[in-house]
Amino acid sequence: MHETAVAQGLVQAILEHARKLDRRPLNAKISCGQFNTLNDEIFQFAFAAAAEETACSNMRIDIVHIPLRAACSACSDVFDFSLQNPLCPKCGADDYHFQPDAPIILEEIEFEDKNNRGIVE
Amino acid sequence: MKITLGTKILGKNEQFALQNRRLFRGRGILCLNVISSPGSGKTTLLARTIEDLKGKLRCGVIEGDIKTDLDAQRIRATGAPAVQIETEGACHLSAQQVSGALSELPLDSLDVVFIENVGNLVCPSAFDLGEGARAVLLSVPEGDDKPAKYPATFAGASVVLINKIDLLEHISFDIDRALKDLRCVNPDASAFQVSAISGDGMRTWYDWLIARRDATKK
Repeated sequence: MHETAVAQGLVQAILEHARKLDRRPLNAKISCGQFNTLNDEIFQFAFAAAAEETACSNMRIDIVHIPLRAACSACSDVFDFSLQNPLCPKCGADDYHFQPDAPIILEEIEFEDKNNRGIVE
Repeated sequence: MKITLGTKILGKNEQFALQNRRLFRGRGILCLNVISSPGSGKTTLLARTIEDLKGKLRCGVIEGDIKTDLDAQRIRATGAPAVQIETEGACHLSAQQVSGALSELPLDSLDVVFIENVGNLVCPSAFDLGEGARAVLLSVPEGDDKPAKYPATFAGASVVLINKIDLLEHISFDIDRALKDLRCVNPDASAFQVSAISGDGMRTWYDWLIARRDATKK
């Protein structure tokens, strides 16, 4: 499952920033799209496994799911696309084009205020 | 203390994908990432494609499997070069793996590089390999509901091949439903109904492939 690869990548990215700042990471926010998506439960499990015995262990990870947007070819309305109802909500047309799905992004990291003085590994 | 980043988590893979993509473009090679479930007929389709287009397209293949080089052997039997990547458990190929494999292909004498990804309708869709296009195979025995059930994979396809149509007389498969569901998640994909065994429909796939390759060279 790709949650594992993403979790490993996230741990590495966070640790890199933690080393530069010499601070322990507490929380991070990531975002993903609808096709480029993550299963929250599986991802939390994968992150916990990847973060074990690192400075990232016990971190809280918040995941924001960004809607997939589509542009109606008939009336040009741009709407949040739903697979359960794949029609333009304004005119009811089923002819649309997707806007790029949001990639998986590391949005922000929150660190301890106190400097760790080289403790971070 | 909080820092705002906005960086891609799969950035390392994307770096290798960009490198691969530049290499293909620089040489005018069409790279096609072929994705499907195990057993949908990817290797058979590629072997037949290579054989039927001998003299028209020079093809090479990067094969991805968890274990064995069985598929690479089948491709080499056609006379085409093939490199096998054994992932040893990973359920998808990465751009870095593809980058390493490219050095083993005679790229100067190739028009098309197929990447036959690990058989999996989920994970491969999340990893850009630097391809120029994605082909997704759906075979008749798998059922007509796969585009609805696996939207991420079908949403990323440039072309969808419904394979094993020679079995339609034996298996219930609603082609109209499959195409309708595909159109919901991917209005722009080309779709062809083929049989790599009987050869039915393969000409439409070959025309698409040749046209796509010609567009790559421009």
